[in-house]
Amino acid sequence: MNAPLIGARIERKEDYRFLTGAGQYTDDVELPRQSYAAFVRSPHAHAKIRKISLDKARQAPGFIAAYTGEDFAAAKLGGLPCGWLITDVNGQPMKEPPHPCLAQGKVRYVGDQVAIVVAETSEQARDAAERVNVDYEVLPAVVDGSKARAKGAPQLHDIAPDNTCYVWALGDKAVTDAAFAKAAHVTKLDFINNRLIPNALEPRVANGSYSRADDSYTLYVASQNPHVERLLMTAFVMGLPEHKVRVVAGDVGGGFGSKIYLYAEDVAVTWASKQVNRPVKWTSDRSEAFLSDAHGRDHHTVAELALDKDGKFLAMRVKTTANVGAYLSTFASCVPTILYATLLAGQYKTPVIHCEVTAVFTNTTPVDAYRGAGRPEATYVVERLVETAAREMKIDPAEIRRRNFITAFPYQTPVALMYDIGDYNATMDAAQKLADVSGFSKRKEQSIKNGKLRGLGYAAYIEACGIAPSAVAGSLGARAGLFEAGEVRVHPTGSVTVFTGSHSHGQGHETTFAQVVADRLGMPIENVDIVHGDTSKILFGMGTYGSRSIAVGGTAIVKALDKVIAKGKKIAAHLMEAAEADVEYDRGVYTVKGTDKKKMFGEVAFAAYVPHNYPHDKLEPGLNENAFYDPSNFTFPAGTYVCEVEVDPETGVVRIEKFTAVDDFGKIINPMIVEGQVHGGLTQGIGQALTEGCRYDDATGQLLTGSFMDYCIPRATDVPSYQVDTRETPCTHNPLGVKGCGEAGAIGAPAALMNAITDALGVTDMPMPATPQTVWRTLQNKKAA
Amino acid sequence: MHAFKYHRPSSLNDAAALMKGDAKLLAGGQTLVQTMKLRLASPSDIVDLGTIKDLAGIKSDGKSVTVGAMTRHADVAHSADVNKAIPALAALAAMIGDRQVRAMGTIGGSLANNDPAADYPAAVLALNATITTNKGKHEADKFFKGMFTTALGAGEIITAVSFQVPKRAAYMKFKNPASRFAIVGVFVADFGGSVRVAVTGAGPVVFRQAEMEKALAAKFAPESVANIKVKQDGLNSDMHASAEYRAHLVTVMARRAVQAALK
Repeated sequence: MNAPLIGARIERKEDYRFLTGAGQYTDDVELPRQSYAAFVRSPHAHAKIRKISLDKARQAPGFIAAYTGEDFAAAKLGGLPCGWLITDVNGQPMKEPPHPCLAQGKVRYVGDQVAIVVAETSEQARDAAERVNVDYEVLPAVVDGSKARAKGAPQLHDIAPDNTCYVWALGDKAVTDAAFAKAAHVTKLDFINNRLIPNALEPRVANGSYSRADDSYTLYVASQNPHVERLLMTAFVMGLPEHKVRVVAGDVGGGFGSKIYLYAEDVAVTWASKQVNRPVKWTSDRSEAFLSDAHGRDHHTVAELALDKDGKFLAMRVKTTANVGAYLSTFASCVPTILYATLLAGQYKTPVIHCEVTAVFTNTTPVDAYRGAGRPEATYVVERLVETAAREMKIDPAEIRRRNFITAFPYQTPVALMYDIGDYNATMDAAQKLADVSGFSKRKEQSIKNGKLRGLGYAAYIEACGIAPSAVAGSLGARAGLFEAGEVRVHPTGSVTVFTGSHSHGQGHETTFAQVVADRLGMPIENVDIVHGDTSKILFGMGTYGSRSIAVGGTAIVKALDKVIAKGKKIAAHLMEAAEADVEYDRGVYTVKGTDKKKMFGEVAFAAYVPHNYPHDKLEPGLNENAFYDPSNFTFPAGTYVCEVEVDPETGVVRIEKFTAVDDFGKIINPMIVEGQVHGGLTQGIGQALTEGCRYDDATGQLLTGSFMDYCIPRATDVPSYQVDTRETPCTHNPLGVKGCGEAGAIGAPAALMNAITDALGVTDMPMPATPQTVWRTLQNKKAA
Repeated sequence: MHAFKYHRPSSLNDAAALMKGDAKLLAGGQTLVQTMKLRLASPSDIVDLGTIKDLAGIKSDGKSVTVGAMTRHADVAHSADVNKAIPALAALAAMIGDRQVRAMGTIGGSLANNDPAADYPAAVLALNATITTNKGKHEADKFFKGMFTTALGAGEIITAVSFQVPKRAAYMKFKNPASRFAIVGVFVADFGGSVRVAVTGAGPVVFRQAEMEKALAAKFAPESVANIKVKQDGLNSDMHASAEYRAHLVTVMARRAVQAALK
């Protein structure tokens, strides 16, 4: 038996491949007779299409074919579906305007797809696409979510009056209002949660291939969930049987949510591959990625917290306008509702909460889930309110949190969720100690002596991960289940291939999942391979997002492992001539109670495949099991972040002096991988608060931050060396006790950072991102006031 | 990127002869190649200066430092001669773009392009440099004509830049957080008796700040410039920095540059 693997800092198995250029990304897939596609995209935010002329494109060297929305309509291809139905405050379904793959009659944002052009080479496809002549009648555009419902605002969709997708609410308004009426203190904030552009390192790629031999399609695509992609594409758009479509998402270089969705380009290349009878590949360039990858966040929120005289929270009232962009992306509707309002209790016993969300269409790129998806927005609301309330009431911000922490579990929040377990004081204690909060005032004095400002801010976040119990999701409007599938295939000589419906696009599943399996089977990790990302290999999969992989996908594997071990027990009992009830199993070894008889797992596997001495009357040969797992609850990772900043008041530059993160992710399989996830999440969260802000021109609807020249994702020098630690309260409802760690950093960091900056500046609020100019402007305004 | 003809001339004369139609010189390509990749520029011919001998290299004679047009930013940053004679110039080169840009970009390419937010123009103007070309010489004060325009004529190719060695100097750059170009960069050079202050990034083209020069010539000290208010009229204004903010930063960066020069 080997040393325990759960909890071990094992180096990532996949890194050798990635670091030596041996990865197989979608763009690496080159098929025989490969052709290449380019998309003609709208240069206008809002325009009618009068006429599209392909004549000049057809003359271009290497031209193969070109198709427009008319061709797609003639082929009866459906629009891109939305996977979550939200029911509004009047019991009516949300407005779901058609989302054609290629524009039909009208374009609604800069970058909207107008035509696909296929040619012999990628450059020839681009050259030909430049020759497509589109005659537009430019219309006025609206890009700001808070202006979308204004009188006279340009209207995007006939079926959505006032550009309104839905007005939705959660919680009891009357009770909440009554609590506010009795409050000793009310803290109110009005802010924007800034729109972000995901920017995965690998841009999106899709390579569609049609086979006349069996009338089937294969789509190679950079996706976080190939089965979901296939389901949406076949059943809702192309009207194809699923067994005739294979979707392969091999190595994927980052997603952060942006590769969950079914995109128009995926459908277009797949359909075009049959028309031209050649594989058709499209590789997004970075400029296209800025325009066409689903964006994140973009909320305008007015939030209030009611407190009694001792700083006890009485009620919270939140009103949010969520800008969903020009069309509903795959999960756009659930992000600002189900994944947002349900998290507004945070770590606190706030007894009543009311949240109203208005989702609006604008002439911007569709907005969907981006690392954290709704939960960073919720945490920002709660933690900015709590910190501000503490300052206003002159209560220590950690103390006001402690006075309101939930301490008894399970805990039913007023916003639908049931927290199973947590220890918020433990993470707060550890974070305060690690951050040396007690030494802050001395450090602040020193900063002041140096002509600098110093501030400290907390964020005590919670998130709901491990999505989701399918029945709950279904009752809330999900149009799919949210289980996961796993298969454990034991080979005759005892090595194991595991097939998972989770998808790794940087998370390190090939290591983490292998650790779980190798640990249970008592074998070296080298003997276990994890396979994902191919609908022809994996039995089914809902994919990776919402920090669900280990909690849901990992559990499915454990359930399959349990079946393997149970069948092995029957075989072992036969081999050892013992009753099955007397056979015990521990990490690779079957023993007979009270004897020294034992059989190694490898011997049992061999017997299963070379069944000379085998209980054929009771058992089938072979050792290969699968399982589907549908969780009974969400998991609730939580933690405390402490950020300390120094601000140069002359220039407005913010330097993060210390960033401390203490997280409770439940049981941890590989601490090194978890730390990496936290570092990445924190960096993206810091990006939102400090450097990243998507901007559109109000008048023209042009994307102003369309490249890295203007859109600033944080570099290594922008972030500090993080201090991270964990506390463990194991999840109560999955066998591994795990909760998920992928998004925590991005969820907690913005609030901690903005709390620190506002503390340093001595202001109540200021907009994200806190760029030097914004900080300087805020200080000038404060001086003038 | 559109297709183009690529040339590798072995002499300046050959290079100049190839500059016909919409041919473009390639001198590091850190702006040109990006523009071509975005299909914003489609030159018919690219004339690579990288194969012409003697265009790269650094010479120092105590009074001046001469940098060949094709000298890479990284080589200027690491040059012992530059670090000894004009450490501020080496420091400036080390701040350009990122490591990859510094490994490819050249001083000649940067000056010929004359990006309003480029760093080198500040050094050229503050250090009263002379720009030598295949056709003659340009004084710094008459070289930078406007946004992306210079005194270079058609077919004129920069061969070297000669900087005067100051008594002391420093460059302070406030970077655009995204692009790392200068939102405001101030180069202060004290020649003992006369002082030159050049500002890049703030306006459409690099410019000298006469009021600061006068004040610093009287007394080379941070407080001489600390209260000089720069007018925001004519300064650049964009989403990263308003003209008001840039004007403010010119004063802050100038004061910090003087402080640094005195260290």
